[in-house]
Amino acid sequence: MAYSDKVLDHYENPRNVGALDSSDSSVGTGMVGAPACGDVMRLTIKVDDNGVIEDAKFKTYGCGSAIASSSLLTEWVRGKTLDEAAQIKNTEIAEELALPPVKIHCSVLAEDSIKAAIADYKKKQEVTEE
Amino acid sequence: MKLPIYMDYSATTPVDPRVAEKMMQCLTMDGNFGNPASRSHEYGWNAEKVVDEARQHVAELINCDPREVIWTSGATESNNLAIKGVANFHSKKGKHIITSKTEHKAVLDTCRHLEAQGFEVTYLDPEANGLIDLKKLEAAIREDTILVSLMHVNNEIGVVTDIAAIGEMTRARKILFHVDAAQSAGKVTIDLQNMKVDLMSFSGHKIYGPKGVGALFVRRKPRVRLEAQMHGGGHERGMRSGTLATHQIAGMGEAFRIAKAEMEQENERVMALRQRLWDGLQEIEEIYVNGDFDHRVAGNLNVSFNFVEGESLIMALRELAVSSGSACTSASLEPSYVLRALGRNDELAHSSIRFSIGRFTTEQDIDHAISLIQGSVSKLRELSPLWDMYKDGIDLSTIEWTAH
Repeated sequence: MAYSDKVLDHYENPRNVGALDSSDSSVGTGMVGAPACGDVMRLTIKVDDNGVIEDAKFKTYGCGSAIASSSLLTEWVRGKTLDEAAQIKNTEIAEELALPPVKIHCSVLAEDSIKAAIADYKKKQEVTEE
Repeated sequence: MKLPIYMDYSATTPVDPRVAEKMMQCLTMDGNFGNPASRSHEYGWNAEKVVDEARQHVAELINCDPREVIWTSGATESNNLAIKGVANFHSKKGKHIITSKTEHKAVLDTCRHLEAQGFEVTYLDPEANGLIDLKKLEAAIREDTILVSLMHVNNEIGVVTDIAAIGEMTRARKILFHVDAAQSAGKVTIDLQNMKVDLMSFSGHKIYGPKGVGALFVRRKPRVRLEAQMHGGGHERGMRSGTLATHQIAGMGEAFRIAKAEMEQENERVMALRQRLWDGLQEIEEIYVNGDFDHRVAGNLNVSFNFVEGESLIMALRELAVSSGSACTSASLEPSYVLRALGRNDELAHSSIRFSIGRFTTEQDIDHAISLIQGSVSKLRELSPLWDMYKDGIDLSTIEWTAH
């Protein structure tokens, strides 16, 4: 299968690889996918007091398109508010990376991962407030 | 750009230059282009002579009578002819067929087709090492079993089936035994004078011959009857009509001749190369060989790299031409059905790479491959959340995944 240059670039030079400290209350973690399906993404975001994502890190087990989708996502969510980040659509990721139809699920997974990370962060805030 | 190092000999092999030379002699006006079925002139006689010689070479490698060799378009057609041909001819005697879950699609799909026509098929589960337990095979045999079809060497994991023992079992019960030997000819000794195999499929292009040609061995004593699947001029004793492709057949014959002459040395050399590859890969943590290590052909090494996804690994290994699963299924996102049948968990089934080496593989190729693989696996593991979790001592099977 031929990959687009953008997929290759993210795959060769993945951005923001790693994990933020999940015990920190300002960090939200989203882990989506399953080994059985061939991809697992783990996205961690650090949110500042104004609700802006100041840092994002990922690790992904999956094909090149899955790695590229999550790498691109970390670039996009940095500096965005939680609301803005929640608006990111998988179709935008798929379009940016020129994913072929069989790889659309990779972009869906990336969208799911930011939603999950935001939900995790919000849940943590409720607990802290109580 | 430099082409990748070819390590996919189980998918297909390059044609040996000696084979190509033979083929070229059977094409043009000044060559041997005649129709082997033409009885009325020298062009036909000469072409027939080439076909007979090729038949002789095939028969010599597998130790059978040349009259037992039927030319086909490839192992897929041979498998179709053997299984459908036997099933259709013997359906009054019984409608039960036994095969295994790790067969090539050419066998599995043919069996599915017969199921739709009212035949019953038992798909045996292989053991975790990929081999068939003869006791389980014996237990699956019924009064109405007419055919057992099992492959000699598995295309993905390279394990070798004990066809001699199975032949004894089927012959004693008057059940026909078909063997798909596409992956074994020229790599494992085949002795049809002594092995009680009734039908055996062969391919040209897995053994340094051309694509588009194959053969089916159909035993004469005791005589095996089957119904033709291709009707026409009654070529090949009526079992497979169609003008013989002289140049393809000449190529396949030469490939089998070379295999007979050089198999022993070649196996020794290829085995040493595989050992070199394995010695290099063994330094990597959490890797698993798929299929029995000892009962396998020299050229095959199928390995799972835990916590690394196969497709991304293949992408990282762009300088190596290898495959994840078999070539026939690598366009799909499903993990290998062969590894699934072995009971490999999903992670390992998703992370398998088949290295298959052969006649033109060099030590330099192997050494380069080892360093590429080591680098790629460690890079991808740095990216893998599963690897992190493994390193943190988390048992991945205890996690509730969000399957999608």
